[in-house]
Amino acid sequence: MSYIGDIIGGIKTLLNGMKVTGAYFFPNIINRKYVITRQYPDEPAIVFERFKGEVVMWHNENNEHRCTGCQACEIACPNGSIEIIWDRVLNPETGKKVKQIDQHIYHLGMCTMCNLCIQACPTNAIMWSTNFHNSTYDRSQLTKVLNRPGSKLMAGVEE
Amino acid sequence: MEQVTLNTADLKSQEYFLNMGPQHPATHGVLRLILTLDGEVVKNIEPDLGYIHRSIEKQCEYEGYKQIIHLTDRMDYLSAHINNEAVALAIEQALEIEVPERVKVIRTIMGELTRIASHLLWWGVMGMDVGALTTFMYAFRDREMINDIMEETCGARLTMSYSTPGGVMFDLHPNFQKRVKEFIPHLRKVIPKYDELLTGNVIFQKRMKGVGYLSKEDAISLGASGPVARGSGVHSDIRKIKPYSALDKVDFKEIIYTEGDNLARYKVRMDEMLESLNIIEQLIDNIPDDGIQAKTKALIKLPKGEFLQRVETARGDLGVYIVSDGKKNPYRVKFRSPGFSNLNALIEMGKGHLIADLVAIMSTLDFVVPDIDR
Amino acid sequence: MILTHINYFADLINYFSNTLGWGFGGKILGYVIIALIYMTFFSVAGLLLVYLERRVAAFFQLRLGPNRVGPWGLLQTIADALKLLTKELFGTDRKDNLLYHSAYYIVIIASLMALSAIPFSKGLVAFDVNIGVFFISAISSVGVLSILLGGWGSNNKYSMIGGMRSGLQMISYELSSGLAILTIVLMAGTLSMTGIVEQQRDMIFLLKGHIPALIAFIIFVIAGTAESNRTPFDLPEGEAELGAGYHTEYSGMGFAWFFLAEFINMFIISAVGVTLFFGGWLAPFGITDGLGPEWAWGLFWFFLKVFLMIFLLMWFRWTFPRLRIDQLLTLEWKYLLPIGLLNIIIMAVFVYFGLIL
Repeated sequence: MSYIGDIIGGIKTLLNGMKVTGAYFFPNIINRKYVITRQYPDEPAIVFERFKGEVVMWHNENNEHRCTGCQACEIACPNGSIEIIWDRVLNPETGKKVKQIDQHIYHLGMCTMCNLCIQACPTNAIMWSTNFHNSTYDRSQLTKVLNRPGSKLMAGVEE
Repeated sequence: MEQVTLNTADLKSQEYFLNMGPQHPATHGVLRLILTLDGEVVKNIEPDLGYIHRSIEKQCEYEGYKQIIHLTDRMDYLSAHINNEAVALAIEQALEIEVPERVKVIRTIMGELTRIASHLLWWGVMGMDVGALTTFMYAFRDREMINDIMEETCGARLTMSYSTPGGVMFDLHPNFQKRVKEFIPHLRKVIPKYDELLTGNVIFQKRMKGVGYLSKEDAISLGASGPVARGSGVHSDIRKIKPYSALDKVDFKEIIYTEGDNLARYKVRMDEMLESLNIIEQLIDNIPDDGIQAKTKALIKLPKGEFLQRVETARGDLGVYIVSDGKKNPYRVKFRSPGFSNLNALIEMGKGHLIADLVAIMSTLDFVVPDIDR
Repeated sequence: MILTHINYFADLINYFSNTLGWGFGGKILGYVIIALIYMTFFSVAGLLLVYLERRVAAFFQLRLGPNRVGPWGLLQTIADALKLLTKELFGTDRKDNLLYHSAYYIVIIASLMALSAIPFSKGLVAFDVNIGVFFISAISSVGVLSILLGGWGSNNKYSMIGGMRSGLQMISYELSSGLAILTIVLMAGTLSMTGIVEQQRDMIFLLKGHIPALIAFIIFVIAGTAESNRTPFDLPEGEAELGAGYHTEYSGMGFAWFFLAEFINMFIISAVGVTLFFGGWLAPFGITDGLGPEWAWGLFWFFLKVFLMIFLLMWFRWTFPRLRIDQLLTLEWKYLLPIGLLNIIIMAVFVYFGLIL
């Protein structure tokens, strides 16, 4: 009687499956027990501290950064996301010409978040920010200048 | 009275072409299959590739060795870490550097976690392809736990770029062990439920059993690898054949089924998830503490020569073949991707089946189209 | 058996034509009002069912589902319907315009006609015909025509495969659902929907007919799921295989009608199932008899039972994988049909010897 046996066995497996889904459904109705989605704008997103959102440059309260303009990040970057515009400026105290960045340009739209620039940086000038709200209506807004206007190299940071 | 006779020889069914893809829900990306159909029966399959070709191999020739790694994330994005590891291992092999034990263990754990994540996603999509839509969310719930583990340590959920030549990018996060230990019993608890929900289901069994048969000989001659080959009884697990990283120190089984049909491939993956848990469990408690980076130069130059490293990704045998002429970037890089070879098997397996079966077969092959095209 | 025949819709027409003395004009007015009531019900019930489906699916899938528009997201489907109304209608090049556009009218007409013969409560049935069950099963097979036309007229191979599958499926499963219905008709001795409900005053047919009725119920649920094109029998759509099957090439309201009609069909199947097996609008064990107007309680019990039945269908949908076309036919011709035939003989024997309760 494998004909009848097949039918009964088949129905049993179907009921087994329904048991699994039902075991999730009914608690969900009562108290949303197994609901895993987060209602994003209402509940904040969970972002871990190491999350590689975008590259930022660290500035202290005196608007000073640590970037010497050594271009290690620019060389390390696999796809040319980083461009540094720099110049040699005469340091009035020592009387020597010192490399100084004018603009540290970062193309977020091209960045693949591979961490090589941050690993390459000898002075820990750049770091990851966990910001992920990066969408814009215009691609050109994804090109950012990382050093703030008027910022200077922090004293004591050398190549 | 005129008599009309019907000559059955005049009755012909007409074969027709159907473009499956590049935009089709079952092709999981931009794979295009040109099907020759007779009614609903598939007579011929002609895969048409190139819709997501990004010339990764060519790009590699213009990048330094460290910079290749982030490109491999974008090939088989579901086993991104294993791809990274493959390139890193190839470079280490060429440079003849010994990486710290800690790095080996971390890489193995991460690799197995990636494999589980990939198989979980496959399981969810497998259910969707045969019509059981709920499996998708269940699988994603578990996969999310792995993604969280990855994000906490590597800073990214999918394209981790975690391995570097000679080490790994970051040290493990302090929460890593705790989270992995939470995950292992969770997955052990839910997989039997999934078996009840999908594997045991009579409809699913009927859809899978005996469909898409791939013989052992065909699997070998078509170059199939990974769960596809192991479902046909081919001993093909690179982790066993040529252990890399810490895999020679752990004790695990190679999952082999000999039926060669959809169900066998399905079972291989389901069992592999549990086996990966075993591997992680053996390693997670005693991660050695001897640094995360071997000494390498800032600018890596490989000696002249040809270097091959094979690893077992979630999809099968990934070969990284680097030809170096001693400069700072490789002369030629070739990735032997598992998906491309497995696609050959689809042509053999799909013939004579219905469209619905073809979808199921494609699902058990577990394509990642960027891996096929690169 | 002579039934005291109450029909509020007939009373309404009677009121306009005779009491107010408007004659034929009054009759027409009455028909129009009834038609409007049914069309309103069609859209409201359709939208609510879509909402319900999404919500139930979400809870099965560990999500929350629509919860932003209106209280508990109740207005979400209305917002969606408004969006679909304002969308551009576009189809394929060189579609068969007549067939393509007539398809969604036929699907609505078929659903509305089937709806008209369902007794919602005591005296609340627009088309109280003595062959009600037969009428519904006949009309519901008209619905397949729309799917075939839509599939053919779209000039798309995926749509055509979907349409052809649908034709195959509907024609096969009509048989089984017909046999299941016949089993109950044997017991009731009438084809009238109201008559069948009235017969279940002392005990619902599922209990009265015990084993054969239970088998008939299982067959009916399976065949009903197949007829309403829902998973595990959603081969005409089969989104993993065919994109969206027969309605791949429909946009905006054209798609919305198919979508709504699918849910109304599910409602009709459930309503017929409830009427045949669970006593329709009758209160279980008569617990609310004499507690107020019978038609109001009738509505309550009817919709509660239908809701439970619909929930069962939804549970199926969000649990099971889809069958293959040949397995679908195997299930019908090798399992359901022989069992159904055997079952009807058993039922006949039971009825003849008075073995039913």
